[in-house]
Amino acid sequence: MSDDVKKYNTLSRRGFLKAGAAASVVAATAPSFFIKDAWAAEHNFRNVPKGSSVKFGFNVPQTGAYADEGADELRAFKLAVKHINGEGDSGLMNTMKPLSLKGNGVLGKKVEYVTGDTQTKSDAARASAKRMIEKDGVIMWSGGSSSGVAIAQQSLAQEMGVIFMSGLTHSNDTTGKDKRRYGFRHFFNAHMSGAALGPVLEKEMGKDRRAYHLTADYTWGWTQEESIKNTTEAMGWETVKAVRTPLGAGDFSQYITPVLNSGADVLVLNHYGKDMINSLTQAVQFGLRDKQVNGKDFQIIVPLYSRLMAQGAGENIKGILGTTNWNWSLTDAGSQAFVKSFGKEYGFPPSQAAHTCYVQTLLYANACEMAGTFAPCEVISALEGFKFDGMGNGPTEYRAEDHQCFKEILVMRGNEKPSSQFDLLEVVQQVPRSQVEYDAKIFGGELGSCKV
Amino acid sequence: MYTSIDPSTTKKDTMLLTAFTLVVLTMPLWLAPLGAGYPDLLQKFAIFGIFAVGYNILFGLTGYLSFGHAAFLGVGSYTAVWTFKLLSMNAIPAVILAMIFAGIFAAVIGFFSLRRTGIYFSILTLAFAQMSYNMAYSVLTPITNGETGLRVLQEDPRVLDKLFGVEAQGSPVSSIFGIQMSGYSGFYFCAVMLIIGFYISLKIFRSPFGMKLQAIKSNQTRMEYTGYNPKPYLLTAFVISGMYAGLAGSLMAVTDPLAGAERMQWTASGEVILMTILGGVGTLFGPLLGAGIIKYFENIFSAFNEASLHEVFAFLPDWLENIVVTLTHPFVGEGWHLTLGVLFMLVIIFLPGGIMEGGRRIQAKFSKKAATAKE
Repeated sequence: MSDDVKKYNTLSRRGFLKAGAAASVVAATAPSFFIKDAWAAEHNFRNVPKGSSVKFGFNVPQTGAYADEGADELRAFKLAVKHINGEGDSGLMNTMKPLSLKGNGVLGKKVEYVTGDTQTKSDAARASAKRMIEKDGVIMWSGGSSSGVAIAQQSLAQEMGVIFMSGLTHSNDTTGKDKRRYGFRHFFNAHMSGAALGPVLEKEMGKDRRAYHLTADYTWGWTQEESIKNTTEAMGWETVKAVRTPLGAGDFSQYITPVLNSGADVLVLNHYGKDMINSLTQAVQFGLRDKQVNGKDFQIIVPLYSRLMAQGAGENIKGILGTTNWNWSLTDAGSQAFVKSFGKEYGFPPSQAAHTCYVQTLLYANACEMAGTFAPCEVISALEGFKFDGMGNGPTEYRAEDHQCFKEILVMRGNEKPSSQFDLLEVVQQVPRSQVEYDAKIFGGELGSCKV
Repeated sequence: MYTSIDPSTTKKDTMLLTAFTLVVLTMPLWLAPLGAGYPDLLQKFAIFGIFAVGYNILFGLTGYLSFGHAAFLGVGSYTAVWTFKLLSMNAIPAVILAMIFAGIFAAVIGFFSLRRTGIYFSILTLAFAQMSYNMAYSVLTPITNGETGLRVLQEDPRVLDKLFGVEAQGSPVSSIFGIQMSGYSGFYFCAVMLIIGFYISLKIFRSPFGMKLQAIKSNQTRMEYTGYNPKPYLLTAFVISGMYAGLAGSLMAVTDPLAGAERMQWTASGEVILMTILGGVGTLFGPLLGAGIIKYFENIFSAFNEASLHEVFAFLPDWLENIVVTLTHPFVGEGWHLTLGVLFMLVIIFLPGGIMEGGRRIQAKFSKKAATAKE
């Protein structure tokens, strides 16, 4: 046995000495290694694009509860890169106003991209983003879903000094108490959902209702529950109970059973992605929608809706109210152009997640072109207060105070008679910007400085 | 597989440690050609190296298969972030407190779990870890901030920093007396911790205490007959390896001040077992190798997409390139788990002693050849 030990030890030592020698050779021949990542003196920002190309990072959930959204986002990102580089039919670049992009990449540099998997986990998302920044040298990265992940990445953006254009994130905190100078959001938020949904709910369900909330237990769920509660309680509804459920729970029956005997006549599902599909399907299976409580028809509300979820939930979404940022059935020139070029590429219409990610990529590229540089401080000030139109949501403004886009949003209802497998949601109302706008101060938070 | 306390190994150990130190500190250089020489992944290598080295003290020496070590990792992370929030952004108190808390936690869990052996012990640790994970998600949200994860905020009290007049500017970053613990400096901090951790593990392997742990693995009953009570040794080993996990957890928080409950999930415990087995259970370097390979797969292979595959195989003629890319595509990107699984199976089937056994076999072949050549 002791012979074994000797051999084993000799091997290790010799092996490691060899490795050490090899390492010193590498050290001698590649002294430029450390300089590569260093901040170049003449351009004082991280990942200065060199050569004829510039790299974007797309960090989306490829696994987990939000994987469907992630896949669609990635399609949109790829399409956006194509259009920026002047390939394909240019999509929304035909309708966007004002437009500085020339269809030859960004500032004459061709756009390349790298991808990553956030796994819908803050840890994994940050590791993946760091890889993109430190190894691949991306100048900007984007992606979603999940607000927890978006907020974690946004604070990384601030630490690293690389801009993050968030994709699908709906929590008030993203541009509220956790807002950052380096983070931008085009998507709408829970507060806007509440403000848009309120009047429709009052009209359809009356002022005397008792609501029961099931809420995904993280930042997005919390803020959406709060916003919907505020809106509905202001119009006279009573909140019976709000129950938190873990993200990705799969089986919600243990949470739905108590609803039956709670005396509530409205169930608000603050769930998204596969969670919403599961909870809604189970709620319908439990017969909630056929029930009469307090002399009224039992109703279910899904404040944040998406076509992908509607597809997953099938029949069960018929007649259910919710809000979306955008829907492919809109008839303005921008939406039409996007649906056309997305459809041509992939054979089906885009989701709202795809839309917001596509728009974010274009907006960033456009801001670089406007600023005439990739230096983040200048790009940030080009985006702040930027007013644009023709991107599918009517006239839109990136508010400088909190980096939140203000635009029209949609109140939707599950289509009773869908004309195709994609025509699952019908637009109840296009809610104007003025109705959903709020004071930037109500959520607190600090943007911080663009100097890092 | 086995080690002895032959005094002549002391000199060898010194050399071993010197070589190890050199290799670890030059990691940014020799990993660069492999595409892994960037700070975040280097930090991961060092941190999971510590985790695996600590795990090996329990599993490798005593043979007790714990399925709940991720819980200690999580406790370490949460403690470190809370230290950042309440006391100071300095990394040193965070690391020390994290190890203490993880140690206490391990002592409690170990006290109950170690009453059973074999599969029952594994299941008990798994149950405890899963309990901690679910609690972090539900009832403990005021402490853990649930799914969103615990973050360091500008307005946190940080009593010690205030006392010494250190003001955090922008988003707070952990530091050691002014040196920020992100990027390469963060890696070197983790690397130094890994070297210290490795040194202690080496000492434990060579010590009489280590012998007793191995005695537990080979035959616990016989050990009892010789007059030793295995329980205190087991518990000590459990607590030590828990403290290693706590250290790893705190370093995760030091290099990136954020703690999420997913670190405590059973898959994270499974990962460290894979690392140890892949590299070689009970060997000094095996777990480190395993940790490196798994983290490399997770970060590099998972980032390959079709376009990058086309780049790699661009030297082939077009038709062949397309075939090769189609064949390899399922194994990279989202499919990196598949590659890892195949590798793991191959290692288990052909090299039950892990990659270290492979190394030893090659070594044996070469020395045989050298011997015949001499004759």
